[in-house]
Amino acid sequence: MPAVTETIDTVQSLTQSGYKWGFETDIEMDIAPKGLTTDTVRMISAKKGEPEWLLEWRLAAFAAWEAMVEPNWAKVGYPKIDYQDIHYYAAPKRPAPKSLDDVDPELLAMYEKLGIPLKERAVLAGVEGAGMEGVIGSGNPNIAIDAVFDSVSVATTFRDTLAKSGVIFCPISEAVREHPELVRKYLGTVVPVSDNYFAALNSAVFTDGSFVFIPKGVRCPMELSTYFRINAKNSGQFERTLIIADDGAHVSYLEGCTAPMRDENQLHAAVVELVALDDAQIKYSTVQNWYPGDANGRGGIYNFVTKRAACRGARSKVSWTQVETGSAITWKYPSCILQGEGSVGEFYSVAVTNNRQQADTGTKMIHIGKNTRSTIVSKGISAGRSDNTYRGLVRILPRASGARNHTQCDSLLIGDQCGAHTVPYIESRNPTAKVEHEATTSKIAEDQLFYCRSRGLSEEDAVGLIVNGFCKEVLKELPMEFAVEAQKLLAVSLEGSVG
Amino acid sequence: MNQSLRNGADAYLARYQGLRGRLPGDAAIRDAAAAAFSEGGLPSMRDEDWRYTSLRGLAETDFQEPLSAVSTAPILGEAIDAPRLVLVDGRYQPGLSTPPAGVTVTPFSENPYFGRLPDIKCPMAALNTMLAEDGVQLHVAAGVDAGTLVLLSLAPDGHRPIAFHPRHGIHLEAGAKLTVLEISRGQGAYLHNAVTEAVVASGAVLTHIRLQAEGPEAFHVNTTFAEVAERGTYDAFVLTLGARVARTEIHARLIGPHGMVHLNGAQLLGGQQHGDITTVVAHDAPNCGSRQTIKNVLSDRSRGVFQGRIEVARVAQKTDGYQMNQALLLSPHAEIDCKPQLEIYADDVKCSHGATVGELDAEQLFYLRSRGVPDAEARAILVRAFLAEAMDPIAHPGARGLLERAIEQWWEHRP
Repeated sequence: MPAVTETIDTVQSLTQSGYKWGFETDIEMDIAPKGLTTDTVRMISAKKGEPEWLLEWRLAAFAAWEAMVEPNWAKVGYPKIDYQDIHYYAAPKRPAPKSLDDVDPELLAMYEKLGIPLKERAVLAGVEGAGMEGVIGSGNPNIAIDAVFDSVSVATTFRDTLAKSGVIFCPISEAVREHPELVRKYLGTVVPVSDNYFAALNSAVFTDGSFVFIPKGVRCPMELSTYFRINAKNSGQFERTLIIADDGAHVSYLEGCTAPMRDENQLHAAVVELVALDDAQIKYSTVQNWYPGDANGRGGIYNFVTKRAACRGARSKVSWTQVETGSAITWKYPSCILQGEGSVGEFYSVAVTNNRQQADTGTKMIHIGKNTRSTIVSKGISAGRSDNTYRGLVRILPRASGARNHTQCDSLLIGDQCGAHTVPYIESRNPTAKVEHEATTSKIAEDQLFYCRSRGLSEEDAVGLIVNGFCKEVLKELPMEFAVEAQKLLAVSLEGSVG
Repeated sequence: MNQSLRNGADAYLARYQGLRGRLPGDAAIRDAAAAAFSEGGLPSMRDEDWRYTSLRGLAETDFQEPLSAVSTAPILGEAIDAPRLVLVDGRYQPGLSTPPAGVTVTPFSENPYFGRLPDIKCPMAALNTMLAEDGVQLHVAAGVDAGTLVLLSLAPDGHRPIAFHPRHGIHLEAGAKLTVLEISRGQGAYLHNAVTEAVVASGAVLTHIRLQAEGPEAFHVNTTFAEVAERGTYDAFVLTLGARVARTEIHARLIGPHGMVHLNGAQLLGGQQHGDITTVVAHDAPNCGSRQTIKNVLSDRSRGVFQGRIEVARVAQKTDGYQMNQALLLSPHAEIDCKPQLEIYADDVKCSHGATVGELDAEQLFYLRSRGVPDAEARAILVRAFLAEAMDPIAHPGARGLLERAIEQWWEHRP
């Protein structure tokens, strides 16, 4: 079992390391004054040189947001957020780079340090990949990366290679300029501006994010990836990702994120929209490693994210895989609207909470079309004084004959000061649909621990091993490069939770 | 808030103001409930606990006070051969009742004890506290096996809409035993909004079986608060067949080690019926167990709801909790909504829940048909088999037989 060996090695090499992505980078920044008014929205739109329609769209979102109240149904608690005390725009001062060579060397150095070298390496780098400590596949030549730093995208690699096959992969602000027809056609069609409080906020003030378009029949030649980094103080990150897979297109997209260690909380409110047309497939993988706060719950990112996929085409398929180890609070429900006949939605999730972290995460599968299928596998691990909630909805509408859902939610508790909760909603209005839901809660069994200990593993290693086994169903869904990193992260997140 | 719900709530509050001087018992308790009810009103679908059940129909019906005297002896309907207590329009009828030897029966109107468990945060329980007039308080002394008792609630009038809010209490002292078979029947449009407090002391066993066969235009809301001490058992079963809108809400709390709670139930609905079973099992002590098996059989345009929450407190180590909710949709217009929840704060526990939704298995049906069983009968067999898991723990042969006959009748007369 190479993966397991790997984990054990990692656990050993990482003992007592804590959060190692928590450094700050000193870069000259262009920061908007704190506060949020229509002027802020206009300022962001102007900075991006946006067309009039997009400004109108933002203003409509802002008006909707002002009329809404912050949701409080999730099982998370936090002091009231002062939305006027946040910088809504922070970007490195240097003018936007024309190519990778123009990127601020400070920035490049930071990404190196994070283990994300923004170099297009021609040589096979498999050896380097395995040993890196970042979150994203470490300079692997098969991954194109869009690096988003605070409010702007600073670099996108492998664009030429991708362009040859017709794939568009660029910052969304650039897509607004270069491909306005595509952006206008799809933006906000999956997550409308007034969908929810945080989505409305995002729609009003989003600054950057990635845009992907895979044309008809194209199988994207490499993994696409976006790396999000929050660096500036007292700022929020509001990125917007839009991925469109045209008929028969295939794409695998990865997302990773980190932030400096700070005592105050920072808000990250992203929106991700996926559109899959006939026979298209999108695989969206996330390794979420925002700064989780310290052992006493000071600091950390509030990760309030809206992610939704529209499986519009027949036989289209969207697969969400997420490994959530970071953030002080996670509020996130990647969803699939299964509209196309025979479309498929999948959700594989591992959510780990330790110390005082709170996670309220899950999915929604809305079955509209005939013979639509969905699978939900959720593994929640709580340790320390954390709370971990699975919240999910499976809705079968009257026309969804032959729809099928299977849900499996397992929770693992490590220690007696944490909480694990399961809140599934199941609504079926078609007799031919089959829905199954199973949920279990348990702790690491004494006999499993004893077995491992008796074979010479330390308690921490044994826990790492058992946890990896518990999560295996989900981890195997991750792209290879990610799976290894995710296993390491699990180990780091649970450090100090036993013994 | 929804205007019709607000108006409905205001009508109840006005009625309370009118009756306030005449209602029995401590006015301060009723005032507190009225204040809570006034603030929250009738629950709307925006309240998380009521997201699948609308009380608009209830709010829009102008319910009257029941008449003060029963004119003719009502038809009791089928029951079992056991001592019985009869309530008509929510009022205890000593003349029709045959109290058993081992149970002390006190009408609420004579001794208005509100209990200590009911929670006015449950809006319908607050409404009951505000307006309760009568009901029965049952008490079984320590170590007494009081056998079986039938609690029969009738609403025989049917000429004008009435509302009644009976308040019941069942108190079993240490080691006591009692089986209560509660049957509700009626005619016409009425609201039966009952609250029951069940206190099970250490080692006591309360078996609480309910057959809800209200009239098709009725509203039935039943809220039970149960508390189970060390090694006690609260074993409940509810069969929902009647009412236009029914809500059975059970809050069971295990407060001593090695206690046991069983909450089983079945809902068989047709027409435009709406049935809601909502349970909360709170494990507040170690080494307790809870078992829930709920089955829904839904035909026509009916809608079944199940919400069930298992809460495990930090002290409740070695909890063994299980919950299963299954639904059979027999028609393309039927709907099931379920929300099974686990809320767990202890690590050394075994808790699981499951839910399945689907139609009758085509292969099973084919198997029976291929052996010469006619379609209708084959379906009846499969439905009976589907219900068996929930019914099996009913040990009382008489009660079991009564429920099975009721199910049979439902199946035969289903529209």
